[in-house]
Amino acid sequence: MWIAILILTAVALVFGLVLGFAAIRFKVKSDPVVDKIDALLPQTQCGQCTFPGCRPYAEAIASGEVEINQCPPGGDATIVALADLLGRDPLPLNPENGIVKEEKTVVIIDEQICIGCTLCIQACPVDAILGAAKQMHTVIVDECTGCDLCIPPCPVDCIYIVPVKQDVNDWQWPSPDVESVPT
Amino acid sequence: MSQPNNAVFSFPGGLHLDEQKSTSSTVPISDSPLPKQLILPLSQHIGEAAVPCVSVGDKVLKGQIIAHAEGRISVALHAPTSGTIDKIENHVIPHASGLSAPCIFINSDGEDKWRERSPCADYTTIAIEELQQRIRNAGIVGMGGAGFPSAVKLAPHSAQKVDTLILNGAECEPFITCDDMLMRERAAEIIAGLKIMQYVLQAKQCIIGIEDNKIEAFAALQTAIDADKCENISLKRVSTKYPAGGERQLIYSLLGQEVDSDQRPINIGVVCHNVATAAAVYRAIVHDEPLLSRIVTLAGSGIPQPRNLEVLIGTPIDSLLNNAHASLDELGNVVMGGPMMGFIIEHLHAPVIKTTNCLLATLTRDVKPKPAALACIRCGDCADVCPAYLLPQQLYWFSRANEFDPIQEYHLFDCIECGCCDYVCPSHIPIVQYIRHAKTAIWQQESDTKKSNHARERHEKRLERLERVKREKKESHNRKKAALNKNKENDVDPKKAAILAAMARANKRKEGLDSAPKNTENLTADQQQQIDDADARRQSEKKAANNKDKDSA
Repeated sequence: MWIAILILTAVALVFGLVLGFAAIRFKVKSDPVVDKIDALLPQTQCGQCTFPGCRPYAEAIASGEVEINQCPPGGDATIVALADLLGRDPLPLNPENGIVKEEKTVVIIDEQICIGCTLCIQACPVDAILGAAKQMHTVIVDECTGCDLCIPPCPVDCIYIVPVKQDVNDWQWPSPDVESVPT
Repeated sequence: MSQPNNAVFSFPGGLHLDEQKSTSSTVPISDSPLPKQLILPLSQHIGEAAVPCVSVGDKVLKGQIIAHAEGRISVALHAPTSGTIDKIENHVIPHASGLSAPCIFINSDGEDKWRERSPCADYTTIAIEELQQRIRNAGIVGMGGAGFPSAVKLAPHSAQKVDTLILNGAECEPFITCDDMLMRERAAEIIAGLKIMQYVLQAKQCIIGIEDNKIEAFAALQTAIDADKCENISLKRVSTKYPAGGERQLIYSLLGQEVDSDQRPINIGVVCHNVATAAAVYRAIVHDEPLLSRIVTLAGSGIPQPRNLEVLIGTPIDSLLNNAHASLDELGNVVMGGPMMGFIIEHLHAPVIKTTNCLLATLTRDVKPKPAALACIRCGDCADVCPAYLLPQQLYWFSRANEFDPIQEYHLFDCIECGCCDYVCPSHIPIVQYIRHAKTAIWQQESDTKKSNHARERHEKRLERLERVKREKKESHNRKKAALNKNKENDVDPKKAAILAAMARANKRKEGLDSAPKNTENLTADQQQQIDDADARRQSEKKAANNKDKDSA
């Protein structure tokens, strides 16, 4: 009987060690579902979903608190992708969160009017505005996600939304389906 | 029956089209007149756009570099004639999108004055790397239509051995005869260029592939090869079948080898160039003439006399058509490229670029309206004619449904957009456009993902930074608070302590004033005398002041 107990104890110890090592070595730091959802979101960090950024929204979706139709910048494509990922039904975009923009936009600052208050810099979620107190501010257009969060805080209304200029490299062949629709 | 000069393999699919080549190939190549203004887009090739190195108002000579190559996959741009830089701004370019891109405008001065050239009769005296660099600096791109920088294809990685260099003279699309005419009239230049390319690549053998409908061109090249007595260059006919001039199709026809979908010809030891590229390489190396002009076929019902013209790069298409006596008002459309793969040019003031092989102008009355697309009946004709073993109807369905993951499993990116499937489709479905839409949409998605990943990274970095600033503020607050508490414990008022410390510092400085003077060693007698005088004066003044005080007291 003692031999059996000893053998079982030894086996338990070995497996315990293996499991313990695996738990440390292969530890998943964050929830992989949140990462997957976050990867599908457009990362504009605009907060239209009522969460402070895309990742908090992804976390809320993962925990099942909210629907998947609260992201206007992602539009239907994001909703369908999220529905595919999570096995939920695709829903129409919730109009309370905003509407889909017809074209991609960025913002520009009219430097003549800007008073250098830094409020827009504090509002920008991706640090795409350059400037300092009482110095002229400007937008790094390549980094701007078009979230428009800098517009409400501006005290002199010197920030404008402009459509992203299309060039030959990012031009898309229109689908013949779209073309045949009379305009 | 098979002749030694005939290729024995035949690629799958393909079409036998009405060639329509005879009208434009009856007239010899002639020069197009020098236009008043040339418009030179900075990006006429695949890869990074060239970067301008001239400014507005500069005088430039013919052949002078006006924009440098930027990055590995890029080529330089040259002034096609002498003149003045008029402006550098966006202008519509010949592209399916009809969009504008940055262009350099040159007003020609009519003198056509060359920059200094250094011709080189014997290319073997130049190092291979130097030859590659010269070809890159000469602005040479693939002249067949794709416009890939030739120098990149001529500089394979050292591990990649080139066995066969193929020169593509198939020119399979209807109407186009620019390569045909080039081979007829300048066969010796092509062979000379081919030999330079062979030397650069250290290729064991060279094969020139020509469609068997180009009898004169074949004879001319054969004569040139015989005259040159080159042993390892062979000339082969491939049967006339569209798209025999596709790179992979030609390689299969000549060698019977297939290039895998995820590989390039270099992986099987083959490099393929166009015949016109070889001629351009010859001119660049031997005569030091960069790529300034190309041969363009003008054809279609809108051109009274279809012909081939040697056209300066940057010549506006409308002026070219005017010179060919085409009446622009009566033209229904102008297509750049052939009828199968070309695209309609919306704005005729767009310039001729390095890849403009053909301009197909059709009169309004000859433009057939596109029949409306009907439903796909799954007949499979498109798969039969596809030269790339694809299933075009599957690609069509996936593209319509925007299902971009499965469409790639059906090898969307192997499609060479030859248009055979469109041509045979009984339902007139524009399959190629669906395929092009899917390709560009996938590229757009990839670039969007890249951008959003970048935005996520910046956002996370920002949150991290805000967190750090908050933490540091709190820490410094805590430190100050701790110092305050410590002083309170010792029952010392910090203000008093500060005053005491300041007084101590002041006292110390005062003491310092009475200390012995410095730098008084090694004085000359003269200096010592001056110091003594000054001391005596100070003493006497002090005494006088003291006496005065006493008197007044």
